[in-house]
Amino acid sequence: MKINVDMSICLMHGQCVIAAPQVFSFNDAGDLVWLTDVDDALRADVEAAADACPEQAIQIEA
Amino acid sequence: MASPPRVVVVGASLAGLRTAEAVLALLPEAAVTIVGDEPHVPYNRPPLSKEAIQALLGPAPDALEATFDKLVLKSRLPATGVTWRLGTRAEAVRATERQLVLSDGGTLAYDWLVAATGLRPRRLPCEGGEDRRHVLRTFDDAVRLAARMRPGVRVLVVGGGFIGMEFAATALGLGCAVTVVEPMVWPMVGALGPRVAPAMAAFHRRNGVDLRLGVGVRSLLEGDAAVTAILSDSIAIEADVVVEAVGSLPNVEWLRDAGLDLGDGVLCDDRMVAVGAERILAVGDVARFPNALFGGAPRRVEHWCVPGQTAKRAAETIAAAEHGRPLPAVPFAPMPSFWSDQHGLRLQAYGAPALADTAEVLSGDLSRVGEVPCLVEYRRAGVPVGILGLGVGPGPLTAHRVRLEHGLAPAVPA
Repeated sequence: MKINVDMSICLMHGQCVIAAPQVFSFNDAGDLVWLTDVDDALRADVEAAADACPEQAIQIEA
Repeated sequence: MASPPRVVVVGASLAGLRTAEAVLALLPEAAVTIVGDEPHVPYNRPPLSKEAIQALLGPAPDALEATFDKLVLKSRLPATGVTWRLGTRAEAVRATERQLVLSDGGTLAYDWLVAATGLRPRRLPCEGGEDRRHVLRTFDDAVRLAARMRPGVRVLVVGGGFIGMEFAATALGLGCAVTVVEPMVWPMVGALGPRVAPAMAAFHRRNGVDLRLGVGVRSLLEGDAAVTAILSDSIAIEADVVVEAVGSLPNVEWLRDAGLDLGDGVLCDDRMVAVGAERILAVGDVARFPNALFGGAPRRVEHWCVPGQTAKRAAETIAAAEHGRPLPAVPFAPMPSFWSDQHGLRLQAYGAPALADTAEVLSGDLSRVGEVPCLVEYRRAGVPVGILGLGVGPGPLTAHRVRLEHGLAPAVPA
């Protein structure tokens, strides 16, 4: 599945990093980084991350 | 196989939407109806005290529609299988017949009823100046309030909780002259504790908020061009706009005949099932539920993350019952989390600072909140129960959250 984060609305709450740490993380500079194409086995975590985003900035494509 | 289960969700909110999604993910054959008293599809409320007010004042002719479109919650609901009853209130429950009575006179039969009716603002007990008095809970509230916001407008915020202080910062940013009246000795002291709340008071004052602590509003007198608030210390404050941010009340009146404990929201067990009615569940702000992380005492929790956490739990409960198997014996232990934005400062917390008896500054300097990042750990009986960052980047905070999770497991004695 493909993942995109709309960084124009992301306000860096970090909720996705908690919900799906294998997919979303912060780099040493403090920026959000994420895997853009992940295995479907992680779908539940990625959906939880999208739900947990207070800005609804995470888009998932099949 | 029996006919598909009828699941009626009352509340077209974040909690209601997430419940419907979770139910249909586990029980694709379920017939789900979402009842909501607002005319709107589910939308996100936290921005209403912050950036949404500014967005509503944008110059574009479609600012209202554009603002609402940004608030609408993304949904994973299937195209079919959900019936919406928006603009319709739930009036009463006939629990023995398993029927919900609606404001349009109709009834809905259910196999499972999920209460996601949330809260409404508490109002000041005095009369006077009604045209200038506002609350902030719904999109329509925000539209009405934004229409009053102009540079130079005198805003009186009654109540120094999160919504009051967030809106005070927003109004100040729009050029209003802002006074906050709070009966407690510090703003947000219930959530942040007596160590951090005074630092936040000083921070708001440095940013230009006229903060009056330890006083309440005794009366509101309507004048020709303004309203005058008489405070409990007899001082009079003239204002063009009054915002009442004095807490909220659970919307439970429609459940009065269902045989539940409605003392403070809907008392639930840790499956989200309402105590007293096996077919009624509650989720979100209105649910009073035990959390194994904090000793299991039932509490209502007004954080944004709770709707999603409780919705998932409620759907698992319904699906397990429909499939005739018990819930997996995993205690319900969702990690609370909240955030706030005030004068450009991000507050972000994990755990339950409100339960702590002590707080220690791990890094930074509370006398310089807003200038230097501050990290505060909250402890109860020596055990960490919460972590709060003031202007701290999310990277370091999420690392502390893991530590907190370890400290809380299995459970802190109540």
